[in-house]
Amino acid sequence: MKNHVLRPLFVVIIGVALLLVVRHFMVPADFGVQEGGNFTYNFHRLSNVEDWKNFKVKYRGREYCQECHEENAASILDSPHEVIQCENCHGPAIDHPDNPETLAIDTSRAQCLRCHTYLPYPTSQRSELPGIDPQDHNPGENCVDCHNPHNPDLENM
Amino acid sequence: MSCSRRDLLKNTFKATLASTLPLSAFKMLSPAQVKASVGDANVRWVFLVDTQKCVGCGLCVKACKNENEVPYDPPITRTWVERYVLMKNGQSHIESPFGGRDGYTDTSIHENEIPADQIAKGFFVSKLCNQCKKPACVQVCPVGATYQTLDGVVLVDRKWCIGCGYCIMACPYGMRFFHPVHKVAEKCTFCYHRIIKGMKTACVQNCPFEARLIGNLKDPNDPVTKIIMNQRVSVLKDEYGTKPQVYYIGLDTNVR
Amino acid sequence: MSVENIVAQGGEHLAVHGLEWTTKELFTYPNEFIYWSIQIVMYPYMTGLVAGAFVLSSLYHVFGQQDLKNMARFSLVFSLALLPVAMMPLQFHLQQPLRGINVMFTPHFTSAIAAFGIVFSTYAVIVLSEIWFVYRQFFVDQVNTLKGKEGAKDRIMYYLYIVLTLGAFDTSDEAVAKDKKAVKILAAIGIPIACFLHGYAGFIFGSVKANALWMSPLMPVIFIMSAIVSGIALCMLTYIIIMEWKKWSTIIAKGKGDESVKMLAGAELDVITKTSRYLLGFLVAAITLELLDLIFRGYTAMKSWDILRSVMYGKDFINIFLLQYTLGNLVPFIMLLVPGLTIRRVFFALIFVLFGVFMMRWNVVIGGQAFSLSFAGYMHYHLPIIPHSMETFKEGLFGAMTVAATPFVLFYFINKVTPSLEYK
Ligand code: HEC
Ligand code: HEC
Ligand code: HEC
Ligand code: HEC
Repeated sequence: MKNHVLRPLFVVIIGVALLLVVRHFMVPADFGVQEGGNFTYNFHRLSNVEDWKNFKVKYRGREYCQECHEENAASILDSPHEVIQCENCHGPAIDHPDNPETLAIDTSRAQCLRCHTYLPYPTSQRSELPGIDPQDHNPGENCVDCHNPHNPDLENM
Repeated sequence: MSCSRRDLLKNTFKATLASTLPLSAFKMLSPAQVKASVGDANVRWVFLVDTQKCVGCGLCVKACKNENEVPYDPPITRTWVERYVLMKNGQSHIESPFGGRDGYTDTSIHENEIPADQIAKGFFVSKLCNQCKKPACVQVCPVGATYQTLDGVVLVDRKWCIGCGYCIMACPYGMRFFHPVHKVAEKCTFCYHRIIKGMKTACVQNCPFEARLIGNLKDPNDPVTKIIMNQRVSVLKDEYGTKPQVYYIGLDTNVR
Repeated sequence: MSVENIVAQGGEHLAVHGLEWTTKELFTYPNEFIYWSIQIVMYPYMTGLVAGAFVLSSLYHVFGQQDLKNMARFSLVFSLALLPVAMMPLQFHLQQPLRGINVMFTPHFTSAIAAFGIVFSTYAVIVLSEIWFVYRQFFVDQVNTLKGKEGAKDRIMYYLYIVLTLGAFDTSDEAVAKDKKAVKILAAIGIPIACFLHGYAGFIFGSVKANALWMSPLMPVIFIMSAIVSGIALCMLTYIIIMEWKKWSTIIAKGKGDESVKMLAGAELDVITKTSRYLLGFLVAAITLELLDLIFRGYTAMKSWDILRSVMYGKDFINIFLLQYTLGNLVPFIMLLVPGLTIRRVFFALIFVLFGVFMMRWNVVIGGQAFSLSFAGYMHYHLPIIPHSMETFKEGLFGAMTVAATPFVLFYFINKVTPSLEYK
């Protein structure tokens, strides 16, 4: 019988070979270091960048709403609320009006209080917004019963 | 098959044209954006947060969660807004309940009523992934599931991540968490799907006060680049050497 | 936002990893939770035991400590039983356990965990080959005895042993001498690799620069020292149990006053006294390093010291200073040092040592997450006891106990194939 001492080594080599074969089939072909990058920060499945690029856009922006809801857009653009995007109050458009067919109309006080609760912070713009104390300012009633969210100018009340 | 190869090609061409037209017809891409969309290394996305302008409405957090399918109610979030109230006696009150998603509609903090006349400073600071130049989270990923794109955004491969949490531990800013649905590490992507199409990130677009801006640091004419180059800006926790790329205006020593 | 709102949202059923067992105090970032929980405490603890057990077995194979002969066989096979268990906590902990193998497929070597996969496999190969060389002759004997025997079990065992010989049936003196030499070489290579393996576990923590408690170049060395301490302690403990068992069976067979009982007791005490000196040495080294780390942090008092101090001297005082340093280190140290060592005293000292090393792992892993990255808030860990979901089982008391029990179950089966207690 010849030298048997190397047998475990053969087993290991077979094991490693097996692992490499399995690896060949399991690891996506495009796994590697991005061209122009380095191993530390750019080692990955290259096509994953495409996956992220194809992620669905949900917030479409005011220009999109303007196409159909001209009146609302015109009204808000000429008001103190012109800085606020429609989707901040109505939720993301996604594929509206196909899907969802309509967007939410939220008339809750919480919607307005994010900006209009008065906070006495000397170094923040927050204290410069027109603010109210939610406990005192017509509690229990919806703000939009009295204020027009698309044109909240007090002179138009 | 009756359809000839030539027809097939023609139809494919038409269909491609038709599907790309509406998008490209209305949008003028700047050269930087075009380069970004092909992964050009001449783009380096950076972010600018102006804490002077932030009013703590939390609409950025709301928009981010909706845009990026981060479950709305669980207390994890890709971006958040912190409230700092520093008293005249040196005491500080800091909080960020649910990342400030619903805004700050109460003067009390952690159930303490804060007397208005005792307040020395009060302000809001929004946080998001710093897309570090030398991201510690990427360095420690054992499988190459998280990486930096050539235009400087750190992404996570949801199909390859094993969920060990090492990146979560390695981030000095606490930006990362496990996605409750996908069960992999999750983080801010600078809305990569939007910026490469020439749009603003969801949080930038939905901030009414321009407290958040995104730009390309390699474009000298970019308004954000101009501010970073010409004004006094700072970053968070530069002592960790990760070279964060979210710049701040008006930070305070109390900001964590 | 109203309080009702927060409560309602907390009851949301989407499982946020970590939310279940973390409570927060003062200001923490929203995404911060105790992400690394009990299984990550178990992981370095089990790896440490593997490394320690292997080092002990090598004392016989490399340095020829004859009185450790039976002990060496036992601890070698036991370290094989412990091996898969060092991986198990990681598997339990992964959010995507099925993808764990990716670490071998696409290792990203800038990560300590990726390199750990390679080091761990190398180590596994060494342990397996060493066992093969130690037992090869036994395998061949078994093949010869089982040859031609009827009965399903015997047939299965026969083929199993044939496979295990790897076709090497030569049992000439020359061949056996070669086996012995190979064992010696493997055991010698194994010692540094075992230490490296565990130093690596320390590196995984020590290199996390974001964590003020972990970040320290001493971490790997501290981990190696305490690993050897725990490994030696576990092997001594098992040795004592086995020897006591032998003594009792001799007493039952031959009566209490028999000469062989006294011999056994004498030999046992002798081995234990000798080994406990090594244990004391490593214990001193471990404590010294840990204290150095602590003093250094206090003296340099970097930005993080305020919060670290409030955790160490406040929130975790009992865990660190009472359970770990006093009960786990000081008490057994004195117990082992006082002259007139008895088996019973060593027995209890060993249990304290094992407990102390466990508490050290706990205080590093859980203690490292007890404070917020903001340095302005705290997090508290509540070990899930009664499991009500897969997550609370895996990362709870029962998951940890499963991990702790597995080596003994594995040992039972492995020992059927490679008997390490009777075969001489
Ligand atoms: C392609 C045209 C179109 C665009 C673009 C569009 N909408 Fe609409 N929207 C509709 C139609 C059609 C309805 C359904 C009207 C109805 O049911 O009364 C609707 C309904 C709504 C409603 C509910 C009105 C109600 O009375 O219930 C809201 C709110 C709304 N849209 C907001 C938006 C916002 C915000 C945007 C921009 C993000 C937008 N829409 C963009 C066509 C459009
Ligand atoms: C500050 C929050 C806010 C913003 C910004 C806002 N809306 Fe509205 N919108 C409301 C509320 C509240 C109502 C419900 C008014 C009511 O019930 O009286 C409403 C109602 C509507 C309706 C249905 C009824 C109607 O009055 O026509 C449409 C359509 C609509 N909004 C579109 C828009 C569009 C388009 C924009 C952006 C140009 C926009 N909204 C911006 C809060 C807002
Ligand atoms: C994103 C923050 C934001 C939200 C949300 C918001 N507003 Fe405003 N609101 C403003 C700003 C900014 C102004 C203009 C302040 C100025 O002109 O200096 C304003 C102005 C007003 C004014 C006029 C105050 C004045 O002195 O002229 C009223 C009334 C008002 N908002 C009501 C509402 C109501 C009702 C809602 C809820 C549907 C709402 N706002 C939601 C930011 C907000
Ligand atoms: C019952 C009708 C009514 C309701 C409901 C109501 N308001 Fe008013 N609000 C008024 C009137 C009237 C004024 C102008 C007189 C004044 O300054 O008090 C006013 C003024 C304001 C102003 C300007 C304050 C200033 O000092 O410039 C803001 C901001 C405002 N309201 C926000 C809100 C918000 C937010 C809500 C909902 C939480 C709300 N209002 C609900 C009637 C109402």
